[in-house]
This record gives sequence, structure tokens and C-alpha cells, in this order.
Amino acid sequence: MVHRIVRKRPLIPGRTSELVIYAPHIAAKARPGNFVILRVHDKGERIPLTIANVERNDGTITLVYLVLGKTTALLDTLHAGDAILDLCGPLGKPTAIRRRPAPVVCVGGGTGIAAMHHIAKGHRLAGNMVIGIIGARSKDLLLFEPELRLVCHEVLVATDDGSRGRKGLVTALLEERLAGEGRVAEVLAVGPVPMMAAVSEVAGRFGVPCQVSLNAIMLDGIGMCGACRVTVGGETRFACVDGPEFDGAKVDFRELSQRLTAFRPQERHAYEELEKSHVCRCAN
Amino acid sequence: MPTRSWKKAMSAAAPTEPSRIRPPRTAMPEQPAGQRVGNFDEVALGYTPDMARAEAVRCLACKKPGCVAGCPVGIDIPGFITALAAGDVPRAYAVIRRANSLPAVCGRVCPQESQCERGCVLGLKGEPVAIGRLERYVADTFMADGACAVLTGAAACPPPVAKTRVACIGSGPASLTVAGTLVTRGIAVDVYEALHEPGGVLVYGIPEFRLPKAVVRREIAALKSLCVRFFTNWVGGRTVMVPELLDQGYEAVFIGIGAGLPVFLDIPGESRIGVFSANEYLTRVNLGRAYAFPEWDTPVYPGRRVVVFGAGNVALDAARTAVRLGARSVSIVYRRSENEMPARAEEIRHAREEGVGFVCLHAPVAFGGDAQGRLASVRLQRMRLGEPDASGRCRPVACEGAFCEIEADIAIVAVGTRANPLLPRSTPGLLVNRRGYISVTEATGETTLPMVFAGGDIVTGAATVISAMGAGRRAAEAISRRLLG
Ligand SMILES: Cc1cc2nc3c(=O)[nH]c(=O)nc-3n(C[C@H](O)[C@H](O)[C@H](O)COP(=O)(O)OP(=O)(O)OC[C@H]3O[C@@H](n4cnc5c(N)ncnc54)[C@H](O)[C@@H]3O)c2cc1C
Ligand SMILES: Cc1cc2nc3c(=O)[nH]c(=O)nc-3n(C[C@H](O)[C@H](O)[C@H](O)COP(=O)(O)OP(=O)(O)OC[C@H]3O[C@@H](n4cnc5c(N)ncnc54)[C@H](O)[C@@H]3O)c2cc1C
Ligand code: SF4
Ligand code: SF4
Ligand code: FES
Repeated sequence: MVHRIVRKRPLIPGRTSELVIYAPHIAAKARPGNFVILRVHDKGERIPLTIANVERNDGTITLVYLVLGKTTALLDTLHAGDAILDLCGPLGKPTAIRRRPAPVVCVGGGTGIAAMHHIAKGHRLAGNMVIGIIGARSKDLLLFEPELRLVCHEVLVATDDGSRGRKGLVTALLEERLAGEGRVAEVLAVGPVPMMAAVSEVAGRFGVPCQVSLNAIMLDGIGMCGACRVTVGGETRFACVDGPEFDGAKVDFRELSQRLTAFRPQERHAYEELEKSHVCRCAN
Repeated sequence: MPTRSWKKAMSAAAPTEPSRIRPPRTAMPEQPAGQRVGNFDEVALGYTPDMARAEAVRCLACKKPGCVAGCPVGIDIPGFITALAAGDVPRAYAVIRRANSLPAVCGRVCPQESQCERGCVLGLKGEPVAIGRLERYVADTFMADGACAVLTGAAACPPPVAKTRVACIGSGPASLTVAGTLVTRGIAVDVYEALHEPGGVLVYGIPEFRLPKAVVRREIAALKSLCVRFFTNWVGGRTVMVPELLDQGYEAVFIGIGAGLPVFLDIPGESRIGVFSANEYLTRVNLGRAYAFPEWDTPVYPGRRVVVFGAGNVALDAARTAVRLGARSVSIVYRRSENEMPARAEEIRHAREEGVGFVCLHAPVAFGGDAQGRLASVRLQRMRLGEPDASGRCRPVACEGAFCEIEADIAIVAVGTRANPLLPRSTPGLLVNRRGYISVTEATGETTLPMVFAGGDIVTGAATVISAMGAGRRAAEAISRRLLG
């Protein structure tokens, strides 16, 4: 099965791009909250990326990635027409989506906004009232706002520097919304770990359940290694098969942040070696 | 194809009269310990043609061979050894392949001392014939490419009948055996594997220095040459569902997904950075080739002091891997005594030679570390042996108040694996037992779903390569009886 990139679209030049990939067997099964694991070359590492959108009729899935290290940098050298060597999915449990009497608030931060898009879309299709709250450091780093506007009834934006929407953090917007009129059924958050921790804390204060999508380091993605283990409510769970979404109130975020640093020196080294090897990325 | 050198050596060796005085068992040449700790190359180098001849002529070609009874797939051992002694390696290979589709693998990793070689009559008074080593020699010498000709005597196997198709889920030894058996009978087989490389534990678990990946790839290439198709990155229960496969026109499905769910110790501090399941550690190094990082991208965590919990093959593989990755000290910590260690004697000897230390009668109770969440030490409790348990091994009993602390920056947990519930949970009607293993009719491997079969570790719990192959064999027989009549 060859998975070709149908379209590539830079969202934040040099940092974040969107790939639309032809993968009909994955598209047929993918539901909001699912992810894939991919490899880009025959000595490559397996990395997980969230499925940000699915077009069943076209047989495509959409991935949005932030260039952080070697694998995402190599992924970024690919273009429309190129094949992804290995693409495995859909993995993880889908988001638990059911009909809600009150609005659902979807909070996305950074690249997590794209991942959140699929969840927001799922809630919308289920007939729920969906409010999107998204944030980034500045307006240039904000992505998927137009896509989110298509699926949310309302989209609130925050940037650290105030270059778009409210100046400040998404949690301030969330807090206002939760303190305001009308009940909120559920909060979902996808983004950097500190953001998800803060969102869980705010939601908890208002007594609203909060689901977070955990980005633990993964290897096989099917529950065979335990690399992705996280502590939830004092119990060890595997993010790849028991998650990636968990009750934010119960997640040990400190441990998750620490575990994400496990391979940092090696990751940095691999990235530096790649930079030295002059991989041509100028065609972006 | 076979080279000339073995032919010459073999014809010189053709036995005339079995002599009364048996020469001693031919030693296996090995990479010296001091050298092999610095590389991932195979430890056992394999017999030369002369050695193979010398060993083959030790066999008495018994009329009622005890060895065959000990082999879970019933290879005609005197048959292949006689052919080998007569210099006919292709015939030896054909004899082996009739019962075993992965001889190069089994010759290397079977626990022969408790199987075929245990039943060898020579073992009663002296040393048994080195059956596994001879099997390896034959498989290595005779490249498996022309497998069909060897297996069936025909230039080409019957082309798979497009209408009769069988799907295997998982690509470990159980599924590979099903594929190898069915395809030579004209049944087309497609194998669906979750990982990006086929082979199961042979690829992600057992290290290169015991089973070179090239050997596994060669066996898989042989299956591909017979038109078995491999679909990697397909997860049964996620990408594809079992009932769907039957709807798509597969007439039978075989589930051989192994028992890969790692068991953790469930003690404080186990989430610390530096604590790994053996599966993670070995998968990074074997499937991800992390020993060649950064040429290969998957990293492995560097550590100078490594402790491994458990004393089975998996624990020893992890320990010996850590030695090769440059750890300064590597210790196996085991809660029973040395006599109860489940690993093969040869593995334990190899590990010792490579400097692995053994701390018996100790069990971990907690992991300690720094403020960044990294492992720095392990707290152990002394144990003593109590009454034998159901398995006949003495039960370890904690000695109250007897604790000690050892330094460690890597801890590898190798205390067993369980059934991964992913596929069973997504397959309505598939019955599993209390511990999550798939229930089957023993003789056929059929599950509670019609035309859905299962075998290997997902039925028995973690066992051996050859027992998984035996299960694959039984299921393949049952499937072909049903489909071909
Ligand atoms: C279920 C899941 C879904 C994900 N979805 C997306 C997505 O849609 N888009 C996206 O851009 N990223 C996503 N990630 C994160 C993504 O997998 C990592 O960014 C990627 O593995 C980095 O690989 P690399 O080789 O480029 O960088 P590496 O060299 O591996 O890492 C570079 C830096 O990223 C950090 N890092 C490594 N792994 C992760 C991780 N799993 N999560 C966060 N930081 C990490 C490291 O600490 C290091 O500082 C997801 C992760 C998970 C577990
Ligand atoms: C480190 C280690 C060392 C060992 N050493 C020895 C030894 O020396 N001698 C010996 O005889 N035995 C040894 N064993 C045991 C032996 O390897 C196993 O008993 C044997 O491999 C089981 O074969 P299997 O076909 O049942 O499954 P496996 O070999 O486990 O293969 C199962 C395959 O199925 C795939 N899979 C899992 N779930 C899914 C899914 N949902 N969809 C698709 N694919 C899936 C897995 O990725 C895997 O590739 C060892 C095991 C380990 C882990
Ligand atoms: S398959 Fe294993 S048990 Fe059977 S003869 Fe070969 S080494 Fe011995
Ligand atoms: S029992 Fe030993 S001597 Fe007899 S046939 Fe088997 S291998 Fe040869
Ligand atoms: S990634 Fe291996 S168990 Fe989750």
C-alpha cells in the first residue's frame, strides 16, 4: 500500500505544514481523536501524529506537524506526489462523542489546534454546540482558525502578544466562558503539556469535566512497549491504547513533562547531524 | 545455492559402518567474549563443513529415534542427518522443510536441550548429537530461495488459486508457518502485520547477536518468492477487523498476534525515566536498530549501570544488549535462586562470559531518583526460598526488614508479558479465557468464530518459537483440510 501526499500546504513557513495523504483504508476507519504512526525513511524513527481531518470520499487523511526534530524535519522535505514510507493507523481510542445538552468547549494550543479540529468537527456532526478557544504566541503562529470557524459555532482567539484576538492565554478566555452565563457540558484540550494542565485546572475549578489528549513518547503504538505510560488517577495507563485522551483532573502532568525529556540529548544530536548533512529543504 | 566446499567435505564423510566409539560433540565456534561485547554480530559462528560432517556421523540413525519425539514439529531428524552425512545437503534441507518452515531460526533459538536433544539416545551415556547446530548448518548452507523445488520436488509450486485466500494477522513464527504450509498447497496467503517489519519477536525481540535479522529476512523472502503477500502497518482491530477480512473474501483467518503486552512490577517510581519494559528496550535496539544511532534514527537511553529484573531469555537478551551498548555494569536481579532461572543454560553461560552479574534472591521494591524524574537507584528486598508452587519451583518469600539499595540509571523490567487485548476486544464473538488468551479447539486451533483460527503465544501465553510453529502447523492442516477437502 503506497501512501502518497496529495497536497502539501505550509501553515507557518518553515515550522508547520499540513499534509493531505491518500490512505483510504485509514480514512475509512479514522474517527476524531485517532492518530497515526509514521516513518519517513528506511532507517527512520516511528513518530505519532494526530489525524486532523478525514475526507472519506477522497480516501484522504490530514496531518499537521510542527518541525521539532529529525523526523519532522525529514517529513518536511516531502512534497505532493511523494510517498510516506510507513503509515499505520488509525491508532488510539476515538474521542467519546455523544449528544450533549450544553455546549462543548474545545481548547487548542499551537499545533494542537489542528488536532483539535477533528474533535470539534466530530462534536459538530453529532449535533453539539461547539465553542473553539485557540491560542498561540503570536498571530503568525496561529493556525487552522478558518477551518475551525467552519465547524465551531463560536471561535475565541488569544495570543501571548495580543497580535490577534485577546492578549493573554487561552485559559483566561476559558475561565471567562465558564464563569459566564450558561452551562458547559465538557471541555477538551489539545496542546502543549503546560497548557493542558492549566486548562484542566480551570475546568476543575468550575466543576466541568475536561478531557486532554496526551502526547507521550511512543514506539509501537499498539500497547506492546509501555514507552507511552502515563499516570492517571494513580494508575499506570498506556496512552497509545488506553488513550490518548484522559480525564485531565486525574493526569500527572509533571511526570508526563519529565518523561518527554527522556531522549532530549539524543534527539538534539540527531537533529544537528541532519543539519550538517545538508538535506535540501529549500524547495519549501 | 550450495557451494562446492560442502560437497567435497560431505562426500569424504559418507559413513560406511557406524563405529562403536562416538567422538565427542563438536564444539560450536564462537566469537570470543572480549570481542563480542563490542559488537552486535552473531555469537555462535556456525559449523564449517568439516565440523558438520564430524557431528553428523555421530548420529546412530536410530530406528525408534527419541529425538524426533522431543521435537514439537516432529522433524525426521535421523533422515536429515543421514542425508547430511551422505553429503546431500539439498535432501537434508528438503527433509527438514517438510516439517519446519523456519529451520535457520529454530536451529539457532530452539531450547534444544529440553526438546530434541534431550531425547537423543547418545545423551544417555554422553553428549547428544548437536541437532540444532546441524539444522542451522543445513539451513544456512542451502539458501532457501528455491524453496518450492525443495519442498515439493516440482520446479514451481501450484500457483495459488485466486479464489482460495487465507489471511494471517501478525507475522511471528505462528503466522509464518501457516503461510508457508498453505502456500505450497495452492492457497494464497496474505499476512497483515502491525509493525513496519514482518517477523514478530524474531525481529523486534530476539537480538541480532543471537538471531541475525538477515536470517529472518531470508526466510521471509522465501515466503514472498512463493507469492505470500505481506502487508505491514496493518493493525488487526484497528486498520482491519477480523469479520471484515472474511467479508472481503478470505475463506479463513489465522490470528497469530503473540502475547506482547509488557507486565510491569507495579512498585513506586516505576514511571521514572530510565525504567523500561524489556519490550521497549529490545524493540528500540532490534526493530529500530538503535545500536546504530544516529545512523538509524531511533534512540536508546544511555546508561552506565543497568539492572534487569527477571531471569528468562528475555531478561538475558536485554542484559547482553546493555553490555553491547557500553554499560559499565549490568546485573540480573532475580527473586529466586540460580537453579530456578528459566533461561537456557547456554544463554546464562554466554551472559556470564560477557560480564553480566547475577544477584539472586532479591526483589525490587521501589525505584529512586532525582528531581528531574530520572532513575538513580533501586531498592531491593532479600528473599529466601519457600515451598514449591504449582509450577514446582520454590516460591520466593520476602525476608522481613532486609533491604538494600543499588545504584542504577537504567532498570529493565523483564518479568513477563500478557495477551494484548486490542484485537480480541474489537472482535465480537471471539472467546478469550480468564487471562485474555484466545480459546481454541486444541487439535485444529479453531476459535469460537467459524473459520477463524488462532495459535502461538496468543493462545498459550509466552512460550517458544517452535511451539508457536507447531500451533501454526496444526491450524494450517485444519484450514487446508477444510478448504481443499
Ligand atoms: C498521540 C500523539 C499525537 C501527536 N500529534 C501530533 C501532531 O498532530 N502534530 C505534531 O506536530 N506533533 C504531534 N505529536 C508530537 C510528535 O509525535 C513529536 O513532535 C514528534 O515525535 C517529534 O519527532 P522528531 O523526530 O521530529 O523530533 P524529536 O527529535 O523526537 O524531538 C524533538 C523535540 O520534541 C520533543 N518531543 C519528542 N517526542 C514528543 C512528543 N511525543 N510530544 C511532544 N514533544 C515531543 C522532544 O522532547 C524534543 O525536545 C503527537 C504525539 C502523540 C503521542
Ligand atoms: C526477547 C525474547 C527472546 C526470546 N527468545 C526465545 C528463544 O531463544 N527461543 C524460543 O524458542 N523462544 C524465544 N522467545 C519466545 C518466542 O519468540 C515466542 O514464543 C514466539 O515468537 C511466539 O510466536 P507468535 O507467532 O505467537 O507471535 P510473535 O512472535 O509475538 O509475533 C506476533 C506478531 O503479531 C503482531 N501483532 C500484534 N498485535 C497485532 C495486531 N492487532 N494486528 C496485527 N499484528 C499484530 C506483532 O507486532 C508481532 O509481530 C523469546 C521471546 C522474546 C520476547
Ligand atoms: S525444530 Fe527445534 S526441536 Fe525440532 S529438531 Fe530443530 S532444533 Fe530441535
Ligand atoms: S536419537 Fe540421537 S542418535 Fe538417534 S537418530 Fe536421533 S539424533 Fe541420531
Ligand atoms: S507506544 Fe508502546 S505501549 Fe504505547
